[in-house]
Amino acid sequence: MSKQNQELEKFVGGQYKHGFVTDIQSDTIPPGLDESVVRLVSKKKKEPEFMLDWRLQAFAHWQTMETPVWAHVHYPPIDFQEISYFSAPKTPDDAPRSLDEVDPKLLETYDKLGIPLHERARLAGVAVDAVFDSVSVATTFKAKLAESGVIFCPFSEAVREHPALLEQYLGSVVPYADNFYACLNSTVFTDGSFVFIPKGVRCPMELSTYFRINEAKTGQFERTLIIAEEGSHVSYLEGCTAPMRDENQLHAAVVELIALDDARIKYATVQNWYPGDAEGRGGIYNFVTKRGDCRGDNSHISWTQVETGSAITWKYPSCILRGDHSVGEFYSVAVTNNLQQADTGTKMIHIGKNTKSTIISKGISAGRASTAYRGLVKVLTGATGARNFTQCDSLLMGDRCAAHTFPYIEVKEPDAQIEHEATTSKIGEDELFYCRQRGIEEEDAVNMIVNGFCKEVFKELPMEFAVEAQNLLAVSLEGAVG
Amino acid sequence: MSKNNILLSINKLSVSIDDKPILRDLSLQVAAGEVHAIMGPNGSGKSTLAQVLAGREGYEVSGEVSYLGEDLLDLSPEERAWRGLFLAFQYPVEIPGVNNVYLLKAALNAQRKYRGEAPLDAFEFLTVIQEKMKLMQIDESFLNRSVNAGFSGCEKKRNEILQMVVLEPRLAVLDETDSGLDIDAMKIVANGVNTMRDPERAIVLVTHYQRLLDYIKPDKVHVLADGQIVRSGGPELALKLEEKGYDWLRQEAVSA
Repeated sequence: MSKQNQELEKFVGGQYKHGFVTDIQSDTIPPGLDESVVRLVSKKKKEPEFMLDWRLQAFAHWQTMETPVWAHVHYPPIDFQEISYFSAPKTPDDAPRSLDEVDPKLLETYDKLGIPLHERARLAGVAVDAVFDSVSVATTFKAKLAESGVIFCPFSEAVREHPALLEQYLGSVVPYADNFYACLNSTVFTDGSFVFIPKGVRCPMELSTYFRINEAKTGQFERTLIIAEEGSHVSYLEGCTAPMRDENQLHAAVVELIALDDARIKYATVQNWYPGDAEGRGGIYNFVTKRGDCRGDNSHISWTQVETGSAITWKYPSCILRGDHSVGEFYSVAVTNNLQQADTGTKMIHIGKNTKSTIISKGISAGRASTAYRGLVKVLTGATGARNFTQCDSLLMGDRCAAHTFPYIEVKEPDAQIEHEATTSKIGEDELFYCRQRGIEEEDAVNMIVNGFCKEVFKELPMEFAVEAQNLLAVSLEGAVG
Repeated sequence: MSKNNILLSINKLSVSIDDKPILRDLSLQVAAGEVHAIMGPNGSGKSTLAQVLAGREGYEVSGEVSYLGEDLLDLSPEERAWRGLFLAFQYPVEIPGVNNVYLLKAALNAQRKYRGEAPLDAFEFLTVIQEKMKLMQIDESFLNRSVNAGFSGCEKKRNEILQMVVLEPRLAVLDETDSGLDIDAMKIVANGVNTMRDPERAIVLVTHYQRLLDYIKPDKVHVLADGQIVRSGGPELALKLEEKGYDWLRQEAVSA
């Protein structure tokens, strides 16, 4: 390996800055999973009967399932009996009503992450539903949202307060039997976010959640459900970061989006979980099921994700284009370094007439990492006038990383228009030398090149998130990302 | 400034890759205000010389190179650029997603920063570049295109010269900028280079053919063969080469 490549790796291989552990006593139940654990989780969350029944059905089904092996990722088998399925920070029995009631240690943690909750929330006009381990500890701007009829609350609260909505929509996009990890999540999910935007309402602010995994050996099973009624609009932001740990942590979230007629949901993620050290020890296993259902005519769901973390990412935010003239979009930047592995992409299922989907996927691999794009574009019988545009670009940094593309296209209607473009390029010594010869320092040059590569995706992010995304990629603010 | 004001002084420069010698004991003095042409057959080491002057890594280098009184070989590529050394690449790279205007603004401001000058804002920069684009007859749409992405060979070379006229270097090294140019583009490029001629500035043209020298008249012509300067002279040397070919010099060298 050339000297330049070594320097490149040194640069991109910067230490994980968010690696620390907050010393908070946790109310953690012993590892293992059986029916009694499912009942205990449900009881601790004070759930109504229907929820427990659903969990038990999911658990019964999960026991018949096997872990999927088709993804282009490699890891030792996970012992699901080694995982503890419930962990909550010790706070008084009643959930805090304001930040003053929140454990100062928790707030300190957010500060270290650069998320001064009150400041940021107030200044940016962002409502933050902060998830610390599995229990939501602070929710802001609730009152303002309530004025417009928007519900934005921890999932467990929604289970208690809005059971009718839950019964109607939970599992209607991702049924518990959908896949192994979704089923596990359905069995033991502890918390997450719930969003309901009533008919005709444009959500007055960006909704944002910061996730953070803290307890060792604690599986995180978040569950998010977003319902946008007819003609409503919502933009949802999800950001994650986790502390340094020398043990693999499993994360198997489920996100369900439902857009009725003329509704629009924009869902953005910046994910920065601990990727493991340079030798691949530790790091999060991120096995997520995210799916949006464009249930109504003219509905529109857009996924944007910037994935920089996790040891292993297995994630395919998808759209079911059920309504006529519905639109699905997927914009993704996946960065892998050292020994990280990512198998990510999307599924666009065209069912309604004149549906349209766009896929822009940017994979960046450095070190010895591997990135795979896996995408399915499916046009069902009756889905006349379907259109898809897919662009998959890979950028390699150094000479020991890999990029793979697995596009699947199934078309049952002859008038469908499907386009697929793919490129692979490399940040090599030539590009860097060129920039440096013009007077641009090496780090800035790398940032500039990476930033340019990701431009089409970054421009889909809300402003404040775009900034965070650029920081994550060590990209300077000014410039190529307009 | 006097003609003897030496900008670049190369003294017994030897360069090799993997123990394979490319340049051997090469010495060359370039004074401010001069235009030098370095000619030579393929594989004679012309491009290596240009790359080494710009700071390309991967070569084993010995000898001395002094630029503006400093040890050039001790400086990183960007440090050389900040001091006004510019290389027009023989093969300019493509950088998808990065606008031409952004790269050039970042480059100019990096160099201004070194000189202790305030950075130009977007508006000031636009004023500067629009004038230079007129000179190089480049369309405005070019600004928002990605650096060299999808450019023809000819466009890439014009872009190199545009960058040069914007950055206004003290020492410009043009590595085979004429190759791949049609006659109209050659005139535009030559015009750009000629506007750069200045008593305080030096230009080194690395070229295979005499053709470019019809439009840019050099003060000195050097012939590089097998890693050494085998002959130096005035513009007439280039004409003689055109007429007799490089073999003429080789044979002379053998019989000498």
